[in-house]
Amino acid sequence: MKLTVEGASAYAYTGGKAFDATLPCVVFVHGALHDHSVWTLLARWFANHGHAVLAVDLPGHGQSEGPARGSVEALADWILALLDAAGVQQSGQVRVVGHSMGSLIGLEMAARAPQRIGHLAMVGTAYPMKVSAALLDTARQAPFKAIDMVNAFSISTLAAKPSYPGPGMWLHGSNRALMRRVLQGKLATGCEVNLFHHDFSVCDRYANGHEAAQQVQCPVTLILGQQDQMTSPKATADLAARLKARTVMLASGHSLQAEAPDELLAALRQALA
Amino acid sequence: MPGYSDPGFDTLALHAGAVPDPTTGARAVPIHLSTSFVFQSSEHAASLFNMERSGHVYSRISNPTTAVLEERVAALEGGVGAIATASGQAALHLAVSTLAGAGHHVVASSALYGGSHNLLDYTLRRFGISTTFVPPGDVAAWRAAIRPETRLLFGETLGNPGLDVLDIPAISAVAHEAGLPLLVDSTFTPPWLYRPIDHGADLVFHSATKFLSGHGTVVGGVLVDSGQFDWAASGRFPELSEPYDGFHGMVFTEESTVGAFLLRARREGLRDFGACMSPHTAWLILQGIETLPLRMARHIDNTRAVVAMLAAHPMVARVGYPELPGHPSHELASRLLPKGCGAVFSFDLKGTRQQGVAFIEALKLFSHLANVGDCRSLVIHPASTTHFRMDDAALARAGIGPGTIRLSIGLEDAADLIDDLKRALKAAEKAA
Repeated sequence: MKLTVEGASAYAYTGGKAFDATLPCVVFVHGALHDHSVWTLLARWFANHGHAVLAVDLPGHGQSEGPARGSVEALADWILALLDAAGVQQSGQVRVVGHSMGSLIGLEMAARAPQRIGHLAMVGTAYPMKVSAALLDTARQAPFKAIDMVNAFSISTLAAKPSYPGPGMWLHGSNRALMRRVLQGKLATGCEVNLFHHDFSVCDRYANGHEAAQQVQCPVTLILGQQDQMTSPKATADLAARLKARTVMLASGHSLQAEAPDELLAALRQALA
Repeated sequence: MPGYSDPGFDTLALHAGAVPDPTTGARAVPIHLSTSFVFQSSEHAASLFNMERSGHVYSRISNPTTAVLEERVAALEGGVGAIATASGQAALHLAVSTLAGAGHHVVASSALYGGSHNLLDYTLRRFGISTTFVPPGDVAAWRAAIRPETRLLFGETLGNPGLDVLDIPAISAVAHEAGLPLLVDSTFTPPWLYRPIDHGADLVFHSATKFLSGHGTVVGGVLVDSGQFDWAASGRFPELSEPYDGFHGMVFTEESTVGAFLLRARREGLRDFGACMSPHTAWLILQGIETLPLRMARHIDNTRAVVAMLAAHPMVARVGYPELPGHPSHELASRLLPKGCGAVFSFDLKGTRQQGVAFIEALKLFSHLANVGDCRSLVIHPASTTHFRMDDAALARAGIGPGTIRLSIGLEDAADLIDDLKRALKAAEKAA
């Protein structure tokens, strides 16, 4: 579905069904250098089980026009504006599911519009979400090399079953190709922003997590990968305590949507029920 | 960095797509000879059919054993995924039929395997898909042959029968300038030798019957998607970028940014044409792939030894192997295929068609049959078999001489192969 948000065209995948703003809404927010397609299976399930689904392409990613927003806070405001553009009700109906960078965006959404967010699910998250200087430097100077590094750290197995989004897909290859596509898509528009470095810098700079946690009023679920090398589960204890969050651990690396789609669905069904 | 997170080729050949079976602990990939798979509940069934979950329903569409093969070949080729098919021909048909329909057009290399040429020039033409054939080395001809209704460009990494090396960087650039994908048959160059995706190819297929299987036991194909081609941006592929009535109005490019082609190919082409691979076949090809790096190194070593002997033999007029300086693709081969130009090549005997027959009949280790890529060495004399109805003039137009012999070099001791060939060459000489 195409929308106009903050004066530019924005895209949100609706799970294969027409968007109905009167239904309880689930917003899926992707992470760095990803797009809506990391949520396809989950989005389709929720859209076919009584929900209105918006799996957004963040500005400058996928089919949403830029410019890419330079902070987690600005990205949260952008999604809240997207909800307005989609006609989503203002009161407590919205469930936010964010992955990695998207989980921080969800945290800020819940803090900025506590009356609007009914549940926050933070998938593959950590706070602070610091990125090593070496990786930031590689992302700036050699983004395709950095993609390969991140891809290697993001997936914990050589055989995630069932493959995502269907049998016969090679997760390492598809995650690498998606990151390259999102990066190249931005470059193809003539924009000089290195989206990889941009997104990782957004994660690295975000410093409002503790203050945001104080503003959050909705229930929060953290869904973490036991083998996650990008956002280690060890780095979530403080955040979980501040949010009084329930924590669910899955046998997965950082790419939980692709590595453990059934388990993640089960966790989200329970969380968002 | 080496290790489980970022494994090398040889490790992927053994492990990609497979872990010990969680139910039985079986270390080798189990053969799931089951047509169908039990649903956990009615809701589970509905969600599988509606692509709300990933999983197996019916083995024509997908199967756990076959899926391991698909993931493994995708990993080795550098793709996002793959579909295993009943044969290499079925893989080619699946690729073309997913992207093209009646009124559409293909630009293809003129140096193709005969079966591929038949499919494009005769069979698909009957269904409204036409093909223009161009010399594989003529980049301008590829560009000039593209029409508004063209949907893909297609060539073989090593053309038939002369082993013309396809300049994939150049031809893929021509394709991409026109918003079209390049499909490549890489059967003669398994990924240990060459990965076309790294050089710009968008889709790659293999007759897995050949080197991937490697033992001459099964027939199968695998079609790999690079995930690099932007089907929506091209504007030429509404089959992928607009709602598909055959699957609840699904828009494949929205469902998967990098896997749209494979989703459509599986949910339409495999579902409706049905040219799927048996799980038993998939298992045998997996067995072959586990030793692919070792076998290909030996294939290449043996081929180089045989080529060197033949190139120096007085009864041999020409050896068509691109590593030789006189081959038309020598420079391209040096650039694109540094690990070797495969283990299938042809050479010309000095002499008549009858001397060619004498050569074939004197061989003892080489088996006379119509296949390549076996672990055993193979030979065929086109003038007395596949092309026997042609006179010498017609043979010449096909790039085949009366004494042209095609060899597929196996894994035997190189010295034994050379001895067998030398003895047969002597027999041919005596038959003059």
